[in-house]
Amino acid sequence: MQTNGLVGQGLWFRYSPRHPWTVRDISLSVGQGEVVGLMAPSGYGKTTLAKLLAGYLSPHRGSVLVEGNPLPRRGYCPVQLIFQNPELTVNPRWRIERILREGQAPTQLDRLGVHPGWLRRYPHELSGGELQRVAIARVLNPATRYLIADEITAMLDANTQAQIWQTVLAYVQQHQLGLLVIGHDAALLKRLCVGGASPKENRILDLTQPTTALVPQF
Amino acid sequence: MIGLPQTSSAPRWNRRQVTLAAIAVGAVFLLGIVLSSTIIGRTGLDPLLTARNQPPSLAHPFGTDWLGRDMLTRSLYGMSLSVRVGLLAATVSALIGTSLGLAAGTLGGWVDAVITWMIDIFFSLPHLVLLIMIAFAVGGGTQGVIIAVALTHWTSLARIIRAEVLQVNSADYVRLSHKLGRSHLWIARHHMVPHVIPQLLVGLILLFPHAILHEAALSFIGIGLSPHLPAIGIILAESMRHLSTGYWWLGVMPGLLLLLTVQAFDLLGENLRALLNPKTSQG
Repeated sequence: MQTNGLVGQGLWFRYSPRHPWTVRDISLSVGQGEVVGLMAPSGYGKTTLAKLLAGYLSPHRGSVLVEGNPLPRRGYCPVQLIFQNPELTVNPRWRIERILREGQAPTQLDRLGVHPGWLRRYPHELSGGELQRVAIARVLNPATRYLIADEITAMLDANTQAQIWQTVLAYVQQHQLGLLVIGHDAALLKRLCVGGASPKENRILDLTQPTTALVPQF
Repeated sequence: MIGLPQTSSAPRWNRRQVTLAAIAVGAVFLLGIVLSSTIIGRTGLDPLLTARNQPPSLAHPFGTDWLGRDMLTRSLYGMSLSVRVGLLAATVSALIGTSLGLAAGTLGGWVDAVITWMIDIFFSLPHLVLLIMIAFAVGGGTQGVIIAVALTHWTSLARIIRAEVLQVNSADYVRLSHKLGRSHLWIARHHMVPHVIPQLLVGLILLFPHAILHEAALSFIGIGLSPHLPAIGIILAESMRHLSTGYWWLGVMPGLLLLLTVQAFDLLGENLRALLNPKTSQG
């Protein structure tokens, strides 16, 4: 197994001993500057896997390594997860400007279409799509090395979807980030992951296939 | 061009201004009640046998009792005393509720189990029975009322604070905050406290009417404040004896004042809640 990139090795996870395994022996890796798609219908543990890779959950077995090291326990995490529902990832009592500054200084406000007029507002005064741009802008900064996008545009219209993905992909390529795109829209994943600048490295993993399919073929 | 209908001619207050005005009115009214006993002096409390049992008039808006004492002065004195007793009892109660709620929410495990169990026990007993028992056990009087009210009113606030802490702790934005490099202390200070403080403040204010009503109830049945004090519960208890003889103002006027005071606290609490919540503060 390679030591570069974001690597999940033999990950097992379940929410309680009484429950069946949500994530069963899954290994995958995302290299720097690589866009990897992860596809499966609902209930296949996509979000759980995303949380394992970003350090929100700890695997029962297996390990998650970034450039050969475990995820840091404190400090800014180089792997950042963007959630499906932005409403839950912002403090409802904070104004947008404070939300944006919680981590590092955001750099892509204009390109993501974050309007300066939003900064003084509260989260409930923005729509889901507007809030998702804020959530994305919050983690697009030099300290982030890997992005995990868990169905981040599922609730957006096509125009907004295109604008957000153009910005994110441009940023990922410019700064050589690793990007894991999770979704169930095969057409979107194909467009994002295969049609990119370096098609050889980009690929789509299907969780419904046998686990060997997830191990990258090098 | 399309002619738009002209909106309201006179400038109307928006909801935020109405909320602020309601808070001001409630606060001024309650402050007036508390300070009234020092402002109006004690003259109305002295018996004046030439002016006994007079119905409400301009000289005596609340009438006079069977000893010729001015009922307005007595009611204001009683209300002022009740508000101060309620203030003390509600503050102690809010402190107990907040610390137990915070402990249950943050420590979890058996601490949470024990505190939740205690809350359930307090909820399962009739409130007034518990009040009477505790007031009686600690010897009654002003001290008994304060202890009894303080010990029985913390449960609902503790439950609210516990739920708030649990909810904020498990929220995605708190877990994300860890990943953005923020420490536990920073998160407690910036995510947790701003959520708990408004609950505490509003909980405290909404505790007052309960505390005052229960103080009045305890005094009414005779195990609360001592009978020589002009407490609102004692005034109401005394008035019972005179209701059947037609001296309605002895009960109605102090009762109305109690109602108004409780309503003022409610007004204050509800509007403060609206002001402190970003979802309703700017409408």
